[in-house]
Amino acid sequence: MSWFKRKEKGITTPTNEKKDSPDGLWEKMPSGKIIHKKQLKENAYVYPDDNYHKRIGSTEYFEILFDNNEFTELDANLTSNDPLKFTDSKSYPERIKDSQKKTGLKDAARTAHGKINGLPLVVCCMDFSFIGGSMGSVVGEKVARAIDYALKTKTPFLMISKSGGARMMEAGLSLMQMAKTSAKLALLSEAKVPYISLMTDPTTGGVTASFAMLGDFNIAEPGALIGFAGPRVIRETIGKDLPKGFQSAEFLLEHGFIDFIVNRVELKTKITTLLQLLAN
Amino acid sequence: MATILEFEKPIVELEEKLSDMKALAENNEVDVTTEIKALEEKIEKLKVDTFKHLTRWQIVQLSRHPDRPYALDYIYEMTTDFIELHGDRNVKDDKAMVGGFGSIDGMSFMLIGQQKGRNTKQRQMRNFGMPNPSGYRKALRLMKLAEKFDKPIVCFIDTIGAYPGIEAEERGQAEAIARNLKEMFMLKVPVICIIIGEGASGGALGIAIGDKVVMLENTWYSVISPESCSSILWRSWDQKEQAAEALKLTANDMKKLNLIDDIVEEPLGGAHKDFNLIIGRVKDLIVKETKKLMKLTPEKRIEKRIEKFSKMGSFNE
Repeated sequence: MSWFKRKEKGITTPTNEKKDSPDGLWEKMPSGKIIHKKQLKENAYVYPDDNYHKRIGSTEYFEILFDNNEFTELDANLTSNDPLKFTDSKSYPERIKDSQKKTGLKDAARTAHGKINGLPLVVCCMDFSFIGGSMGSVVGEKVARAIDYALKTKTPFLMISKSGGARMMEAGLSLMQMAKTSAKLALLSEAKVPYISLMTDPTTGGVTASFAMLGDFNIAEPGALIGFAGPRVIRETIGKDLPKGFQSAEFLLEHGFIDFIVNRVELKTKITTLLQLLAN
Repeated sequence: MATILEFEKPIVELEEKLSDMKALAENNEVDVTTEIKALEEKIEKLKVDTFKHLTRWQIVQLSRHPDRPYALDYIYEMTTDFIELHGDRNVKDDKAMVGGFGSIDGMSFMLIGQQKGRNTKQRQMRNFGMPNPSGYRKALRLMKLAEKFDKPIVCFIDTIGAYPGIEAEERGQAEAIARNLKEMFMLKVPVICIIIGEGASGGALGIAIGDKVVMLENTWYSVISPESCSSILWRSWDQKEQAAEALKLTANDMKKLNLIDDIVEEPLGGAHKDFNLIIGRVKDLIVKETKKLMKLTPEKRIEKRIEKFSKMGSFNE
């Protein structure tokens, strides 16, 4: 018998008694390495050693992009209702309420206008932490209105996608948000107002198959999963394992669906340059 | 052998009983006229009862009935001069998406649709009605062709979804659908979209942006199929009936939510019970609506098309 073997049996701690390690100053990356939180934030939430892009939300993106973190939020008070009375393990309103409590957000996207390096920009950013960044009526309407604002003020539009796709609990209504947002983008395009679509990890389903793929410039963060069908669905359909790197940002670049991949650290500079090139 | 759905069985049993009774009467020269009449009335009543009170899942089953008319059935029945046009001019010809010019009542149309197969071989050829990016790009090419020659467009929607495969992703399934959504809003010619069977998600929407969007009575249209919804929410396909109820995916539901414009009534028992009747009704609708849409200027049509879809959604402010 090994000396380190536990002698007494049954020493277990119920899950609810296990203590969370306190939110400290250090953060563990998927590679197992740790980094100081402040350092991670200063590096736009990108781990410097392996270029791992941590998933972040609208708060962080707005802070990264807008000068001095100054912006005016649009339509901040739109919230979901329950048109279909959808219930699975929870009712939809309960699910919304829980997500709102957990994330402090109203829904899965926020829109704002402000300046980046002095240039005006309208930004819509999705929040994956809110029901998987899924698009229901609220997200669709916010995207649509942000485009309306960009159209009215002739301001370039940046969409930051991060979503599992359309929101199942709004069924047909979610589906039509794909149509609605595409309609608005058609108008924006006619008016020759620039539209940059940034795809981040993950961008799939109805979001990819509508506004995310319709940019004048389609760009993506390194390593982001981007696709129409989810990898699991494809694996089940074809009954084979998927090739390495399938549906990654690099894969999409290689197949011609992305203009360039941008490191988040350089995001603001790169977008500024692009906007200047169009304005000059 | 006709496919009989579970809920149709009581009707079929009575119909068998009726034919037995008729045969008996003929062979034995007994007068059972009253009994026959009573039974016939009973059957008719049961049919009406059954088909007017279908559950959402039963409607999904009817929408997939293998004897239902498919896109090409409508197209060939309505036109005498249909010329099918192939290929996306890029990669290949997607056989899950068909299209071409044809005339209805002397008026030329571009007719496009997702096509399913009737037997194993055809189903494989048609990829079970699941288009690849080539299919959506072919559809768009044909729509642009229609626009160029100022011909109205009709799209027949019938798909369980855009194909989820490796090649489909490599060639940009999402981009192909997204582009169609955007481009279809700007088409200068009238566009009529008809859901004739299944309307699953982006795969359906990819050819369903129109001035007039209608559903046949026993079809479904939603963001996901009941089976996939069940597998995501309950980790198995067993709750598909429940999922179908939750998704509110029938023509009636979609009309109530203002997500479609109209419903075309089907023959009692489903579209497959009377091809002539349903195809005739769809044809009349196409002609009538096209004439109405022709009265508007292209700019007005586009404006109204965008306005209609822009209003879709439900939220608190």
